[in-house]
Amino acid sequence: MSDRITAADVAKVARLARLDLSPQEIERMTAQLDGMLEHFADVDALDLADVAPMTQPFPLVNVFRADVVQPGLDRDEVLAAAPAAQDGRFRVPPTGGVEG
Amino acid sequence: MAAPAMVTAASIAAAVRAGTTKAADLVEQHLATIAAREPEIHAFNLVLADEARAQAARIDALAAEGNDPGPLAGVTVALKDNMCTRGIPTTCSSKILAGWKPPYDATVVRTLQAAGAIVVGKTNLDEFAMGSSTENSAFGPTRNPHDISRVPGGSSGGSAAAVAAGFSHLSLGSDTGGSIRQPAALCGVVGVKPTYGYVSRYGLVAFASSLDQIGPFANSVEDAALVLDVIGGHDPHDSTSIPQPHPSLVGAIQQGVEGLRVGRISDLPAGADPDVQARLDLAFETLQAAGATIVDVEVPAFSFGLTAYYLIAPAEASSNLARYDGVRYGLRVEAADTDSMYGATRTAGFGDEVKRRIMLGTYALSAGYYDAYYGKALKVRRLIHDDFERAYQQADVLLTPTSPSVAFKFGAKGDNPFAMYLCDTYTIPTNLAGHPAMSVPFGTGTEGLPVGVQVLAGTLQEPTMFRVAAALERSMK
Amino acid sequence: MSEYDGLPGDWELVVGLEVHVELATATKLFSASPNRFGDEPNTNIDPVTLGLPGALPVLNEHAVELAMRVGLALNCTVQPSTFHRKNYFYPDMPKAYQVTQYDQPLNVDGHLDLPNGVRIGIERAHMEEDAGKSTHVGGTGGRVHGANHSLIDLNRAGVPLVEIVSRPDIRSADDARAYVSELRAILVVIGASDAKMEEGSMRVDANVSVRKPGTPLGTRCEIKNVNSVRSVGRAIEYEARRQIDLIESGDAVRQQTRHWDETDGRTHTLRTKEDADDYRYFLEPDLVPLAPSAEWIERVRAALPMLPAARRTRLSAATGQAADSEAVGSVVERGQDDYVLTVAAAGGDAARALVHVKEAFADQSATPQVPAADLAQLTTLELGGKLTATQAKAVLAEIVAHNGGDANVIAAAKGFEAMDTSSLEALVDDAIAADPDAWQKFCNGDGKAMGALVGLVMKSSKGKADGKLVTALLNQKKR
Ligand SMILES: [Mg+2]
Ligand SMILES: [Zn+2]
Repeated sequence: MSDRITAADVAKVARLARLDLSPQEIERMTAQLDGMLEHFADVDALDLADVAPMTQPFPLVNVFRADVVQPGLDRDEVLAAAPAAQDGRFRVPPTGGVEG
Repeated sequence: MAAPAMVTAASIAAAVRAGTTKAADLVEQHLATIAAREPEIHAFNLVLADEARAQAARIDALAAEGNDPGPLAGVTVALKDNMCTRGIPTTCSSKILAGWKPPYDATVVRTLQAAGAIVVGKTNLDEFAMGSSTENSAFGPTRNPHDISRVPGGSSGGSAAAVAAGFSHLSLGSDTGGSIRQPAALCGVVGVKPTYGYVSRYGLVAFASSLDQIGPFANSVEDAALVLDVIGGHDPHDSTSIPQPHPSLVGAIQQGVEGLRVGRISDLPAGADPDVQARLDLAFETLQAAGATIVDVEVPAFSFGLTAYYLIAPAEASSNLARYDGVRYGLRVEAADTDSMYGATRTAGFGDEVKRRIMLGTYALSAGYYDAYYGKALKVRRLIHDDFERAYQQADVLLTPTSPSVAFKFGAKGDNPFAMYLCDTYTIPTNLAGHPAMSVPFGTGTEGLPVGVQVLAGTLQEPTMFRVAAALERSMK
Repeated sequence: MSEYDGLPGDWELVVGLEVHVELATATKLFSASPNRFGDEPNTNIDPVTLGLPGALPVLNEHAVELAMRVGLALNCTVQPSTFHRKNYFYPDMPKAYQVTQYDQPLNVDGHLDLPNGVRIGIERAHMEEDAGKSTHVGGTGGRVHGANHSLIDLNRAGVPLVEIVSRPDIRSADDARAYVSELRAILVVIGASDAKMEEGSMRVDANVSVRKPGTPLGTRCEIKNVNSVRSVGRAIEYEARRQIDLIESGDAVRQQTRHWDETDGRTHTLRTKEDADDYRYFLEPDLVPLAPSAEWIERVRAALPMLPAARRTRLSAATGQAADSEAVGSVVERGQDDYVLTVAAAGGDAARALVHVKEAFADQSATPQVPAADLAQLTTLELGGKLTATQAKAVLAEIVAHNGGDANVIAAAKGFEAMDTSSLEALVDDAIAADPDAWQKFCNGDGKAMGALVGLVMKSSKGKADGKLVTALLNQKKR
């Protein structure tokens, strides 16, 4: 096994991703992710210093929309599909702290 | 398997438009086929019998009134269940979206319906399109119509199986790393991943935004061309949609392949089974006999595709799937505070493979690792793209196997995720490059199971790609 | 001058401001829902705003143009830019990421000159989308936990913002306040935003640290929730003193995000997050790069209206009042400087017009109803000694009340006779005779005594005397 990822990394990542993993799951996930990242050794061997990252499959630039209002969605329909709603708003458990 | 009626979508539409065939009858035939075989295949998450009948009645009425119901009049279509359908559940085969009814239609759904197509159901997939066997569905796997002990491929396994089993004339899938082409090969149908931006992604539930494309499954190259002629084109709701009209592919396939240069990738990663390799060799011979020239090309970075893909796709997915937080729609598992609710909801709602990819993608983007993983993967993506571009200066199309093997048995890939990922070795580089590619059925391999040959082409070279696919198809008749 | 106390000892304040401004578009940054304040909750929503599966963003061209206006008005370079995703979970952030400009912001490297001449650098002014609004509802039955919940309104989610980030060039609470008020004036004038702090369309976060002059920057705290121009200075000064107290008592300032509480006038620690922020920025794959053409940039630049600083300079030159005087400042702020110049062009006196407009036109729009010629005539009468300052005020009140009027006619109707200098001189002599004691003191240089004499003249003239003229006559007689 390589040392690309540790259980502590996996625990931190699970927290960032808002996934609750048990210690056993973290252990299993660490092994699986490590196995996958091991294949990255091939890529590490490449000289990529002068290669520009490719982020766009088809080169387009300046794609715009006119600033014109279009009909939106019906609030009642949307809130009816929500897990919880109250007073025309989505209801969630307390978020704690001050408004973000 | 139940052989679908060998009539083209175009001829069906022509008959419905002329009023000589009733869309209502076509729908009933398909619903009967579904009733007979769907229990063993499980291609669908949802069959839309009532909606299909209603749409058929509208189309027949239009035709009867002398109005044109459109180029796909009466043609039945199955939609992968990751395309939003207004008021109709769209689940991505995930518990986290079970029962969710989108308040809007995907652009492809609108275009299909406007063209007179009839949606008969929403098809099963690997959860959020993450997989190559449709075993990762939260609602149970789909079985291959050619051998129900085998997978249909994935992630668009339900859409491939629906066409192969005769449940619908056509279907749509989405392809992020091979999710249309690989199941098409395994189910013995035509499957196309167009150039990135060819078909609108608006309303397609995102897996990896820079790789996802919608494309058709069909019984013939011509049918596939017809669907793409309908759903292809610019959509102002998708900023990455190519803002120019596409030439008719139905028109293109009439031309032969004489004078075309067909490339063989000499440094293609090994791994194809001998039966698959044999069919590929025959495909080259067939095209040569039809007047094409075979040229050897190199695509050195091809072999890095898998590795780059398995960082880029999960990275984008980790962000795209963050919206499933239990606040506005979908599953919520109640908890004492919002943050605990997020964790409880997402942990209960996502399956193992989805969690694994979210974890991998989150890691690849996280502080301290971005440059080492995601950043490098983007550079590899450039290498792959540029290598392909060079190859397309020497060859008009490239030919590879679609899948390294014919359809495999359920559970064959065991518990090692990477073994499953290897199914997409030959399809993934295309998505990274943004290029089009399609799988065309080309005979059978081991145990009489279908084998697909993949035709790859450069950006917006769909017309040439379809010419070559059509030539391969003709040779099989 | 200052309403703030300043820092004790030789402590130096170092402040950088991050100002979020909602752009005055019709629709949101990436979708066609209305960008409108005060509507019923969740009525301005669409698939993009809700972060529905499958929804895709498309950039609002007008928002880009307004953002470019902001950049150009702040002397920034407008450059090609891209959008990133900033990933974090919060219930009013529907996609669990904010689309924002990261390492390639649209506007960079500008500056804003304060009326007092201090130049504040602008690091960047980038585009991003706003979040929705969370309302935190308290518990019932006295239970601290249990019944609490939050309600989410997404009308504001996706509203286009420009975040203007200053360099840490601000050195006093007064300058911070002046920066915000000058910035606000610019934003309003260029039509980029209504910049209403009370409605949240302009929100100020302050990065505050203190140091001894010449030493490296101290640890900074970010102050959020500063809701008025006035509290900008108060919050900064409170926070700086808090940091100084910490340091002077031997403690260290910890880097924190703090919340300004308007009611108790203090800053408070925001809930400390369990884990360090890791926003996992990456290029937004659903959008394409933004690269305004040179031609577009120049068109936007050319269409910019005259900015407040230039207006103040112009009005100062016309009136002889200092550019940072209160009169010039407030008249420019109200946009009535053009009007003052029109009064001057109509033959009126610019300086008198400035005073009248500043005093009497506060409730009027940028283009007052009073015809410029009427105000011009009033200043002419005043200047010619036909009306005293007090009389002019009364006439002006009449003119303003009727949206115009002939100053001569109004003065006559009020019985304001121009008092000629000889009869005024007689009254001055009478006053000297009536109070020789005061006269003597006045001759010895006692200013108070002059007031007494002028008061006598005003009384005997029944207010018709021009105070200035009386003073001049008294001084004349002294020699
Ligand atoms: Mg900020
Ligand atoms: Zn911001």
